[in-house]
Amino acid sequence: MHFMPILSSLRRHRTAAALIAIEIALTCAIVCNAIFLVGDRLARMDQPSGIVEDELVRVRLAGIGKDRTDASALTNQDLNALRAIPGVKSTASADQVPFANSSWNSDVSTIPDDPAPPVNGAMYVGSADLLETLGVTLTAGRDFTPDEYIEFDAMQTSTAHMPSVIITRGIAERLFPGKSPLGQPVYIWGKEPQIVVGVIDRLARPNNVKPGAQDYAFVLPVFVPYTIGGTYLLRVAPDRRAEVIAAIDATLNKVDPSRIISDRTTFTEIRKEFFRQDRSMAGLLVGVCAALLVVTALGVIGLASFWVQQRTRQIGTRRALGATRRDIVRYFQTENFILATIGIIIGMALAYAINLWLMDKYQVGRLPAVFLPFGALLLWGLGQIAVLGPALRAASIPPAIATRSV
Amino acid sequence: MFTYYLDLARRSFKRNVALTVLMVLAIAFGVGASMTTLTVLHVLAADPIPGKSQHLYYVQLDPEKANGYLPGKEPADQSTRADAEALVRAGRADRQAMMTGGRAAVEPERAGLAPFFISGRWTSADFFAMFNAPFLAGRGWTAADDAGNARVTVVSQLLAEKLFGTTDVVGRSVRVEGTPLRIVGVLARWRLTPWFYDLSSDRYGKGEELFVPFSTSRELKLTRNGNMNCWDASPDPEALGATCEWIQLWVELGSTAKADAYREFLVRYSEQEKAAGRYQRPPNVRLRSVPEWLAYKEVVPNDARLQTWIALGFLLVCLINTVGLLLTKFLRRSMEIGVRRALGASKRSIFVQLLVEAGMIGLAGGCLGLGLAWLGLWTVRHQPTSYADLATLDLPMLAATFALAVVTSLLAGLLPAWRGCQVTPALQLKSH
Repeated sequence: MHFMPILSSLRRHRTAAALIAIEIALTCAIVCNAIFLVGDRLARMDQPSGIVEDELVRVRLAGIGKDRTDASALTNQDLNALRAIPGVKSTASADQVPFANSSWNSDVSTIPDDPAPPVNGAMYVGSADLLETLGVTLTAGRDFTPDEYIEFDAMQTSTAHMPSVIITRGIAERLFPGKSPLGQPVYIWGKEPQIVVGVIDRLARPNNVKPGAQDYAFVLPVFVPYTIGGTYLLRVAPDRRAEVIAAIDATLNKVDPSRIISDRTTFTEIRKEFFRQDRSMAGLLVGVCAALLVVTALGVIGLASFWVQQRTRQIGTRRALGATRRDIVRYFQTENFILATIGIIIGMALAYAINLWLMDKYQVGRLPAVFLPFGALLLWGLGQIAVLGPALRAASIPPAIATRSV
Repeated sequence: MFTYYLDLARRSFKRNVALTVLMVLAIAFGVGASMTTLTVLHVLAADPIPGKSQHLYYVQLDPEKANGYLPGKEPADQSTRADAEALVRAGRADRQAMMTGGRAAVEPERAGLAPFFISGRWTSADFFAMFNAPFLAGRGWTAADDAGNARVTVVSQLLAEKLFGTTDVVGRSVRVEGTPLRIVGVLARWRLTPWFYDLSSDRYGKGEELFVPFSTSRELKLTRNGNMNCWDASPDPEALGATCEWIQLWVELGSTAKADAYREFLVRYSEQEKAAGRYQRPPNVRLRSVPEWLAYKEVVPNDARLQTWIALGFLLVCLINTVGLLLTKFLRRSMEIGVRRALGASKRSIFVQLLVEAGMIGLAGGCLGLGLAWLGLWTVRHQPTSYADLATLDLPMLAATFALAVVTSLLAGLLPAWRGCQVTPALQLKSH
């Protein structure tokens, strides 16, 4: 292809050519970063929880007035009654659930009174069937035995001691790299250590934390009554969730009507709610990318159309001198390719700079290099598609036009 | 002359309608997107309590155990109950209030209304005056009520209407967790954006509905909400001597001199507590005004800032797009311009003529952009975020939108018009 005539014609329209190249550069830079951010959000929304999400229903309730001495007994009655609802496989009380924002955390260390504990993790406590109800996968060791459980009040007042703990694989790998954590002492609560009796594959935290810490959670054998945790979890066959939810109020009111039930939600909804902001941000970014690409494409079309009009006679002359339609189309395609390439090279540098700035200000990760060739292909493709219409119009200019005066 | 230019511009638009529409739409979408996100940011970053934000200060002390102390490390975000009560009692500031968020069951006396939970604030007497809480009826409680654990409460207009069907309820009583509290005041509709005095609460929410003296809330053992950080196991983390931080402590200081004096007082207080053996760390205090506190806690959501940058980037691309198209368009009319120049039009008048044409496109884009911003904000208001209903165009933002539209249009027109008027008439006339 003849680059030189194209370059010299571009040089004559320097300002317009520079503007379109800058537009392509900006679009390339913004789209690269935006797509990267969308990927980031989608990954966060896809974050595994480690629990059987499509089987879980959460109930939140609270009593009026504080000093209830029979809270533990009542909690057991509630759990038994809920388990008797047809479709319910198991039930448990809990202090918190993944993806529900308000969280209870504690430091974990391998030495007592550690001035700089290596791990801060989400502290899950509940009733005996908590692990079974959540459906977490025990990869090593065992679940708690009934005699290991202590009452929540005893934990608060340090009058009883929890002998054991179950930790996630994340904590195990952080504290005991390369060896089995089973039987190891860890210091979480009180002066005496807890012995690791089991490892679960994963149990997501209730809140968003910085990337590495997302896998840190542990379960302690502490019985939590509804007056403390305020949460019951029901493991239900997925297709019977609606009918179980409908039966919850009547079941709990039959045990004791003085409580206020404030929430009965499937875990599917909890997840959706938790990641709502990420979803809308991802949607917005996709929308902006689409709008940017459309505007840029229209800009290319507009400019190319003008140039075709302007060069009508020149094109006619070329055609009269033997240039084929194909040559004319090729001319405009090459011209666009040159402009796009200049834009893309500037755009890459700009994309990188924007990413550095985002990393500094908004804790965004580093833009992976694969996004750059992807952005380049996208804009090359876009430019070629956009220029095709005007180029074909140029090719249809008859050679005879060269003989007419415009 | 101006009307003649307008007419010329109109003719030029007619010659290429699709292109004109494209340029107008590009500017409109850029302005619309920018103004939508800027308005949301403006709402989120605005001073929550204008005129007073420089006089309200948040107190931070460092009462934790020596273990884990690093020089220069920020002290805890909240205070212990012991420190908060001591500093409120000391009364060294113009006003002072300690507080925690809470939740309580309210039992209505009206038949057919089931008990329900509401969120509230357990605080001390100065709270209402410090945060400019507007009273519809009655007033706040007194320091004497605080000292005497008085069974009093201030309720929101919403709660009064829900419980009694009227706001004329001062002197009546409301049952909270089984105990009747006498209503001494009713708050008119009130909204701080955000509810900066406790950032662990629903920051952009509709607000709390029940206000009870802190001392009373402890005697009634009302549930507290929010974060709590403990460093030694305590049988009751909410007790006076517990080693737990869970109270927000605010002071009002009329001048910076007073603020400096109060900061010194906090250092002296920390030294005394250390001498008495209750504190283990060297004095480590912070006294932050409202803007400083909001900046320190990074209250404005990063997503809102990011969205604004993306929208401004989009506007920039739209702007460059329009500049490019206008430039090509003007240069294509070199002959027409050459004729006008040869017939005696000055460079200046050509420049003005082209600027009028560019300005009209910008103005049309800006007006349409205003409409799009309005539509965008309407969409934001229908999003399920807690600050959604705050996203409205106020007068300053309306003015800013208009300014942005004008500036955009001038920017878009300046370069093309300048290039356009550089045409040498002789050259243009000769070649044809």
